[in-house]
Amino acid sequence: MSAATATASTAPIPPRESWAQRMTRAVSRGPLHLVLIVIALVWLLPTVGLLVASLRPPSESAQTGWWKALTDTSQLTFENYRQILDDPLITQAFWNTVLITVPATLGVVVIGALAAYAFAWIDFRGRDWLFVGVVALLVVPIQVALIPVAKLYGTLGIFGDISGVVLFHVAFGLPFAVFLLRNFFAQIPRELLEAARIDGASELKVFRTVILPIGLPALASLAIFQFLWVWNDLLVALVFADTSNAPLTVAIRSQMRQFGTNFDIIGPAAFLSMLVPLAVFFAFQRYFVQGILAGSER
Amino acid sequence: MAGVALEDVTKVYDDGTVAVSNLALDIEDGEFMVLVGPSGCGKTTALRMVAGLETITAGEVRIAERVVNRVPPKDRDIAMVFQNYALYPHLTVADNLGFSLRLHKVPRAEIKRRVTDIARILGLEDLLNRKPRALSGGQRQRVAMGRAIVRDPEAFLMDEPLSNLDAKLRVQMRAEIARIQHDLGTTTIYVTHDQTEAMTMGDRVAVMRRGELQQVDHPQALYEHPVNLFVGGFIGSPAMNLVEGVLEHDDEQSGVLWARLGEQRLRLADSLLADRPTLHRYAGRGVAVGIRPEDLKDASMTTGPADGQRLRVSVGLVERMGAETYVHFTLDAKPVFTEDTRELVRERAEMTDNVLEQRGQAPHSECVARVQPRTEAREGEQLELAVDTSHVYFFDLETGQAIDDAASPAPGAAPDGRGDHGGTG
Ligand SMILES: Nc1ncnc2c1ncn2[C@@H]1O[C@H](COP(=O)(O)OP(=O)(O)O)[C@@H](O)[C@H]1O
Ligand SMILES: [Mg+2]
Repeated sequence: MSAATATASTAPIPPRESWAQRMTRAVSRGPLHLVLIVIALVWLLPTVGLLVASLRPPSESAQTGWWKALTDTSQLTFENYRQILDDPLITQAFWNTVLITVPATLGVVVIGALAAYAFAWIDFRGRDWLFVGVVALLVVPIQVALIPVAKLYGTLGIFGDISGVVLFHVAFGLPFAVFLLRNFFAQIPRELLEAARIDGASELKVFRTVILPIGLPALASLAIFQFLWVWNDLLVALVFADTSNAPLTVAIRSQMRQFGTNFDIIGPAAFLSMLVPLAVFFAFQRYFVQGILAGSER
Repeated sequence: MAGVALEDVTKVYDDGTVAVSNLALDIEDGEFMVLVGPSGCGKTTALRMVAGLETITAGEVRIAERVVNRVPPKDRDIAMVFQNYALYPHLTVADNLGFSLRLHKVPRAEIKRRVTDIARILGLEDLLNRKPRALSGGQRQRVAMGRAIVRDPEAFLMDEPLSNLDAKLRVQMRAEIARIQHDLGTTTIYVTHDQTEAMTMGDRVAVMRRGELQQVDHPQALYEHPVNLFVGGFIGSPAMNLVEGVLEHDDEQSGVLWARLGEQRLRLADSLLADRPTLHRYAGRGVAVGIRPEDLKDASMTTGPADGQRLRVSVGLVERMGAETYVHFTLDAKPVFTEDTRELVRERAEMTDNVLEQRGQAPHSECVARVQPRTEAREGEQLELAVDTSHVYFFDLETGQAIDDAASPAPGAAPDGRGDHGGTG
């Protein structure tokens, strides 16, 4: 019937590449690949160095460079890792980092997404001025807030608590989150939201079933950046977390000495602290897909 | 019972644009109503007010007897097909089709059954697991249609759903949409700027211009009894030829009316005068004379058109389509040059405003005849055309209104309120 023929006749024909075309493309991309390989090596070298160093006994580390272990693999040992995993100072710090980073990331992503949706798609009085205000907050350096917020926390009785650190990170993460997500959400065609509303969706459903899935690349990018930022933060933690609540960054710093750094602790701790963000990055990187909107129109 | 009624609906946008003014339209249960007009005339705005996507500045919209002015879109039980389809890009075809059913908590098995049914009707069975980006334009259009149909809503609203398809597919989908609508019997408001689409699909057609309704009627009635110059020029393709003329009575035979076009005269058919007695009152005055291209034939190929049914013209471009031939020609009479015709010409994008102004001042008019395929007319030569004088249209030059006792003005357009449907073909 007519329906079937129309379907067949309008199906797009996938372009076939000849072998020659593929070769041409590969060669023309050669320089780009070369640059990427160099960048990867530059990044990889110190990372491997840190890993190898963290596997050497402190006596060796004090005398020779980590590359010696490449020729003399008998040096390598998990002793350092065993020790720091038994060290309550380090394990506690690791858990503190997790307890700070996860809520601080989730908070920024969830609150940021809701606010961004309102800024992009819900009409309310003073919306544009409020958004300008949020954007203006982007340029406030966190340093100017340290003392007033410390005083505030003192009054509230959460100074030194993990909750205080989390709140601070959420507060300072939000302006950028709202800014990034609003601009992304605003690019979603209006008709998509309207179609959903006509299909019977409430605002919350529109947000959940249309905005969130389509906004996934932006949400994933934001989550990664916020996660890395909080995970690696030292300043905020130093100011607001007391010793029992201190994250890994603070714990590592406390092992630094002007003479005789405790490398058997710093090496493995630093590597562990790097491992988690890497895992997060690889878990989310598949959402960095371009063109998720493709096909909704025309 | 799910008619849709618009009662004196007006939309003024925040920036002061009056997009729709006093639109009154009664769409019966199961009717296919087409809203047509040049772009920017307020069709989309009108449709969006029915959908609930735009607030209503004044007036009332009723769906199935219920006033919905303050009802949000999700509670109006209508389905809409958007011009750019607006498919959910992150969902498969099946999930796009089932989206609204899921929101309405229809059981899983029932959703599956209905989605499968719709997919079969629209020929989408093999595409159910694809994402929209892997579909062609025509397939996306089908999914958009399917998403509306699957819900079995009170009414379908469609905003130029075919405008992004190529010509062939458009003709095909036109027939298919009309068929599906007929089978389902769901009240439909269909917006288009394409008068051919309007004429072929609509049970009734509402012609809009600058936010105002001009005329609502069955396609054939619109064609035969346009209420004004605008509708006359808008409906029909190629467009009606509009030239200035003078109506005059013949001294000897009283009751016979002639239309003088330049140096030539056309004798109005008795049947025409019987239908439009008002024409006699225009004797001795200038009027706009409209002749449709299909009412002009090559005189040498028809048997004996009488005197007063012939026009001598100079032939311009001759377009041979096979089944018919379009003869462009110049007629020795002033073109009709009013706001209406200017807008029409602009809409058809035939010329720039400058050229338009010059043409308006010219003593002769550019016209088209749709004549027999085997005509021997050739560019640069003279040709005698036979005119069907029982189908000539006349309009008041000042008001642009048709001089036609059978033409029914749109409700609100005339002081005496709602007109009934005019005489149908
Ligand atoms: N959101 C808006 N704000 C202001 N003016 C608008 C808006 N949408 C449409 N218009 C104006 O209203 C008029 C009608 O537009 P529209 O309904 O889209 O016409 P159509 O669908 O017939 O092409 C146009 O002049 C258009 O510029
Ligand atoms: Mg429109």
